[in-house]
Amino acid sequence: MAKINIKIEGIPYEVEEGLTILEAAKKCGYEIPSLCTFNHGECNLGSCRVCLVEATGARGLVASCVYPVSEGMEVRISSPAAVEARRESVELLLSNHNKNCQQCEKNEYCELLHAAKLTGARDDAFAGTHSKTYVDRLAPGLVRDTSKCILCGRCVARCQNAHGMGILGFENRGFNTIVAPAENRSFADSPCIQCGQCVNVCPTGALMEHSEIQLVDDAMKSGKVMVVQAAPAVRAALGEEFGYPVGTPVTGKMIAALRRLGFNKVYDVNFGADLTIMEEGTELLGRIKNGGTLPMITSCSPGWVNYAEYNYGDLLPHLSTCKSPHEMQGAIIKSWWAKQKNLDPKDIFVVSVMPCVAKKFEKQREQLLFNGVPDVDAVITTRELARMIKRSGIIFNRLPDEEWDQDIMGDYSGAGVIFGVTGGVMEAALRTVYFKMTGREKDEIIFSEVRGHDAGIREASIDIDGTVVNVAIASGMKSAKVLLDEIRAGKSKYHFIEIMGCPGGCINGGGQPYVRSCFLPDEDDDIIDTYKEKRAQALYSEDERQTIRQSHNNPQIIELYEKYLTEPNSHKAHKLLHTSYAAREGFN
Amino acid sequence: MGKLTAAATAQITAICNRYKDEETPLMMILSDIQNEYGYIPLEVQELVSAKTGISVAEIYGVVTFYSFFSLTPKGKYVIGCCLGTACYVKGAQQVIDKFSELLGIGPGQTTEDGLFTIDALRCIGACGIAPAVSINGKVYPKVTVSQVHDIVASYQDAEHSGEVI
Amino acid sequence: MISTREELTQSIESCTKALDAKFSGNDGKRHVVLCGGTGCLSNNSMEIKERFEEKLAELGLSNEVTVNIVGCFGFCSQGPFVKIYPEDTLYRLVKIEDVEEIIETDIVNHTVVYRLLYKDTATGQRVTKQEDINFYKKQRRVALHGCGEINPEDINEALGAGAFQGLSRALSMSRQEVIDEVLKSGIRGRGGAGFPSGRKWQFAYNVESDEKYVVCNGDEGDPGAFMDRSILEGNPLAVIEGMVIAGYAIGAKNGYFYVRAEYPIAVQRLRLAIRQARAEGLLGENILGTDFSFNCHLRLGAGAFVCGEETALLNSIEGKRGMPRPRPPFPAVKGLWGKPTIINNVETLACIPYILREGADKFAQVGTENSKGTKVFALGGKVNNVGLVEVPMGTTLRELIYDIGGGIPGGKKFKAIQTGGPSGGCLTEEFLDEPIDFDNLVAKGSMMGSGGAIVMDEDNCMVDVAKFYMEFICDESCGKCSPCRIGTKRMLEILTRITEGRGTMKDLDQLEELAKTVKTNSLCALGQTAANPVTSTLKHFRDEYIAHIRDKKCPAHVCKNLMEYVINKEKCVGCGLCAKGCPVNAIHKTDYVPEGHKLPSYTIDTSKCIKCGACISTCRMRAISKQ
Ligand SMILES: Cc1cc2nc3c(=O)[nH]c(=O)nc-3n(C[C@H](O)[C@H](O)[C@H](O)COP(=O)(O)O)c2cc1C
Ligand code: SF4
Ligand code: SF4
Ligand code: SF4
Ligand code: SF4
Ligand code: SF4
Ligand code: SF4
Ligand code: SF4
Ligand code: SF4
Ligand code: FES
Ligand code: FES
Ligand code: FES
Repeated sequence: MAKINIKIEGIPYEVEEGLTILEAAKKCGYEIPSLCTFNHGECNLGSCRVCLVEATGARGLVASCVYPVSEGMEVRISSPAAVEARRESVELLLSNHNKNCQQCEKNEYCELLHAAKLTGARDDAFAGTHSKTYVDRLAPGLVRDTSKCILCGRCVARCQNAHGMGILGFENRGFNTIVAPAENRSFADSPCIQCGQCVNVCPTGALMEHSEIQLVDDAMKSGKVMVVQAAPAVRAALGEEFGYPVGTPVTGKMIAALRRLGFNKVYDVNFGADLTIMEEGTELLGRIKNGGTLPMITSCSPGWVNYAEYNYGDLLPHLSTCKSPHEMQGAIIKSWWAKQKNLDPKDIFVVSVMPCVAKKFEKQREQLLFNGVPDVDAVITTRELARMIKRSGIIFNRLPDEEWDQDIMGDYSGAGVIFGVTGGVMEAALRTVYFKMTGREKDEIIFSEVRGHDAGIREASIDIDGTVVNVAIASGMKSAKVLLDEIRAGKSKYHFIEIMGCPGGCINGGGQPYVRSCFLPDEDDDIIDTYKEKRAQALYSEDERQTIRQSHNNPQIIELYEKYLTEPNSHKAHKLLHTSYAAREGFN
Repeated sequence: MGKLTAAATAQITAICNRYKDEETPLMMILSDIQNEYGYIPLEVQELVSAKTGISVAEIYGVVTFYSFFSLTPKGKYVIGCCLGTACYVKGAQQVIDKFSELLGIGPGQTTEDGLFTIDALRCIGACGIAPAVSINGKVYPKVTVSQVHDIVASYQDAEHSGEVI
Repeated sequence: MISTREELTQSIESCTKALDAKFSGNDGKRHVVLCGGTGCLSNNSMEIKERFEEKLAELGLSNEVTVNIVGCFGFCSQGPFVKIYPEDTLYRLVKIEDVEEIIETDIVNHTVVYRLLYKDTATGQRVTKQEDINFYKKQRRVALHGCGEINPEDINEALGAGAFQGLSRALSMSRQEVIDEVLKSGIRGRGGAGFPSGRKWQFAYNVESDEKYVVCNGDEGDPGAFMDRSILEGNPLAVIEGMVIAGYAIGAKNGYFYVRAEYPIAVQRLRLAIRQARAEGLLGENILGTDFSFNCHLRLGAGAFVCGEETALLNSIEGKRGMPRPRPPFPAVKGLWGKPTIINNVETLACIPYILREGADKFAQVGTENSKGTKVFALGGKVNNVGLVEVPMGTTLRELIYDIGGGIPGGKKFKAIQTGGPSGGCLTEEFLDEPIDFDNLVAKGSMMGSGGAIVMDEDNCMVDVAKFYMEFICDESCGKCSPCRIGTKRMLEILTRITEGRGTMKDLDQLEELAKTVKTNSLCALGQTAANPVTSTLKHFRDEYIAHIRDKKCPAHVCKNLMEYVINKEKCVGCGLCAKGCPVNAIHKTDYVPEGHKLPSYTIDTSKCIKCGACISTCRMRAISKQ
């Protein structure tokens, strides 16, 4: 990119051509408040008008988020007219906003509140009536509250970009405009897959995960045996909530915190992941051997499963019948584990800490109830866990590093850890499939062809002693759709496909900490480009630190099969660890 | 989608096919549906979505943006009262109020018998003969409050005698 | 099929002859011409035409007398018009029942029907010919060329009036020469902002692209303005020709008309004109034997004022919500489907054939220093002669309102004229001698806009007018950007408060602050100009605002909450008519019998009165007034 010369506040700078004023200013060390723009123009409506600055060559003030820099341009951020204009844009937004920041769960990460502070917005400068409020709490995964929406359009763009679906859109016009699923329906009554990607980008409290902290509190109060299990992606991101650099694994402190929150048992979902690999690998081999439905597609991402049920009812037989890891583990806790501990499953309360909001939907699926009892009782996100830690007075940084509970489900392999990043399930499965097919371990256990942290499609052909296994990986439904349409058209060459709901996989799940450079002063400006890679790296390095790196070598897994399940895909395993799917109408 | 009759499905499909060579046909499809089917409910939007690949939310957003598109059926006679400046300064507000009073419905509403809808319009370019009222395309010039009753009655009478206006 | 420039010349020659023969009677016939514009059609001009045809047939005159439809005469409030050639007699306010008399008296007996002639408002004199009517005297027709003269559904009449001569000349020039000619004419866009059209074309010309587009903006949203409608109804081929010339100049192959769906007749005539032009080879491949090919397409609006804004319009054509896009990139660089695009207003494009046909110099002869040519205004409101007028730029407001418009009806006092519609402002008495042009109107706190000109008299409340426009803007704001979406709502709330007597002096400061914020912060020109009506009324009529706030009075007696209907008990003769007509039975008999009267007078129970105004018009004694 060519460089050009500009001035900001009279000081000369050299910046890249093609940047917006906002981006260029950031690189030169200025923060211009902004609300509607996001992620290098992923959303660039230029609609909030809080980023106005003066720039030579333009009439009046310009929206710095969409206005490109040009040679010789002189920018003034601090001119009185610009300062006042930015403040008044924020004040107007606030005048139609349900300002209850103290109670608002977004409070700490609210960009509107941040902009209000930055611009010095006055109290009730333009008081008046509010637009009609709609609150949707029907969906288990997420909550929408229009009284907090500033119509920035980020969520609309994210849903479209990640999934090509466009569940959300602008409706009505003028003061009555809202952002909602078609017909202002609930997420629950529309083909939303409840992945929560839109929640991740919302600058305000208008879109939030459907919190289950209260459920957990109530269970604690009622004296149930509290078992908590945390997914791998959580440890790779939780630290961000406590000031650690992005990509710092905080496994030990997280375990310590969970104990201090009152959980009786603290397990890693990786045990469940290993179990999933055993079942799924065996299922795949079975399908290949017996001419079953191929390609087989992973089923551990409930966001993806929702998508399949809404849009590809005809392809459901391609989905692996395996439950997702935390559901498998929940099922084991409420059966084998309960028996070992002499507990009635009804007295056990299983909490999953997840990077995911779709799991909140998943846990209440009809198909996942066992005699009316769910495998998992509550799902809280990484963000909710951080909130619970903070409210309990725990100073996270001073916690000691502790270990998972080791009994019955304490061991786990490196294969389980990498489930949290796109391609991870595939890699974990391949390690085991290779062993099952050849009877020996692969020397180089890293399948780098399938590694990556981004959306899009990756594919590989793995030669296992002469048998070629074709695999493909997609994350985000936009990419997945390409593979699915191939299958539908009868043109798919793959045996095994991994699909993840969120672009990049669970490290970028809808329940993960918000990544906003304005709240991460110690990160570099490009954090929005690098956080996925950094979080993924945290998981890959944990895999490398493990001595056992294949699921089938996890001794407690071996013991579980020996003592309880007999073998993968056994009758008992099917009853506990497998499930079924059903096509659904998007708008019912 | 299952809620649409076979005839309706065929009609909407035919409309979509009319524009299949157009680059961005949505507005044209919706205009034709509004004109021919009379309104654009969600089921119809789902079908259009399936035919065009445009998401239902986006279609819904377009339908609710433009005042010509309607989510519910309009009356057989749509009384469009101009409330543009030229008409307003010549008493158009009183005229629309009179229609409302006589029919017992407000602007944007439809009578229970499905006969009349009152719409408040913004200038129909007939300002020279303000205030103007347009009923199913027929423009009434210089409408006074006292004429409103007769205008409504002419449609009601025609309706009873089975005549076509 | 006209396939070369020579063939076009021949075609035009023969069509011109035919048309002249009609106007001059050289063909030995008489010609009845009726206005077929929207206004007159709604006053039964089609039925009148049919009656003419029937009666003439009955009398065996069908061969000697023809009956024709033409476009709008402009003076719609006096329609329907019937004109008889070659005498050029103009009848107005014609009814179906008048047909027989016109035929008998005029066609058969060659005597004018005196009572159907236009009567001058000032002198009371009857006027026979159109050109002698004051309304038309100061007009000059460039954009309205052919409107009210030719049959808009017959391409031969358009050719007779010179259509496609401009295109023919353009095609003999290089693209850059065409742009230079347009630059030289000095024409500025008639759609609102007044941007020099030549410069706009030059931008698009300069951008390299495999595909470019011309878009004609026929959305005409400004309430009260209807010039684009009349042009499209009266001479659609002129606009098509203008578009083709623009297409040639910038290097486009396709053009899109975006016309409001509220204009069915305009749409139908435009569609027909496109079809006829295509059949004649004036649209399509290798126009007039050159290697230039161009096609026109039609798109309809669906009821959103903001779609007149050019980027919103592009989004609408692209099948999206009509929400404006931030600029840059400008449409000339990245417009329709991402390709370089120019957007021109209907009236602008209608002037282009004239510029190419008659030459830029001739166009630039009229007008002011920086605003060349003529402009069409839609004169409306409290003025005697309501209609469309095309006058040279630089005409004064006084000429417009008094000479052409015939002054204020009922001897009322002029208060203000609102130009530029909801984006404009009002101008008061002191500005009456200001020449009208783009820059001068802006300098005086209003703007040209599309040419709506609404006259207000002493009975108009300026706070109510400001509120009316703000209500319009609030309804039509696309809702995309926060200053406009929320700011205009706040202003409307304040204005409503004031008109209801709940305003405070602090509200005025807040209005001013909001006006400034919405103007500087909004994304598109809708928001950027939305506060103009408020700002200008606040400036010129602050006392009216203060009267509403401090005295709780509406000086013009418009704001319902601030007035009462009162019966003057001395004037009331006790007839009881008002009481009968009151919808809420608010009027009662008293026991007071005024001196010299037989019956007791009536009184209004103000607590019951809903201020519908019915009683005031029923009282023949003028005993009821608003206070
Ligand atoms: C809110 C808004 C409404 C507008 N409406 C119209 C319109 O109805 N017709 C029109 O020609 N231009 C309208 N304009 C101006 C157009 O954006 C554009 O400037 C114009 O069509 C350019 O053509 P011109 O250069 O020939 O005037 C509108 C602008 C705004 C901001
Ligand atoms: S969204 Fe932000 S500004 Fe709004 S209430 Fe929540 S914290 Fe406060
Ligand atoms: S910041 Fe102010 S308003 Fe908010 S809690 Fe503290 S004192 Fe109260
Ligand atoms: S949860 Fe996912 S699918 Fe649903 S609206 Fe948000 S981004 Fe779209
Ligand atoms: S819900 Fe959130 S992301 Fe979506 S438009 Fe509203 S404020 Fe923006
Ligand atoms: S990718 Fe992970 S976070 Fe996203 S929906 Fe699937 S399981 Fe949930
Ligand atoms: S100024 Fe108004 S009309 Fe223009 S983009 Fe903003 S909200 Fe929409
Ligand atoms: S204004 Fe209307 S309601 Fe009031 S007294 Fe007169 S007729 Fe009755
Ligand atoms: S109509 Fe006039 S004169 Fe008759 S009762 Fe009413 S106020 Fe008196
Ligand atoms: S951030 Fe620039 S307009 Fe919203
Ligand atoms: S304002 Fe009513 S027709 Fe123009
Ligand atoms: S419509 Fe007949 S004069 Fe305008």
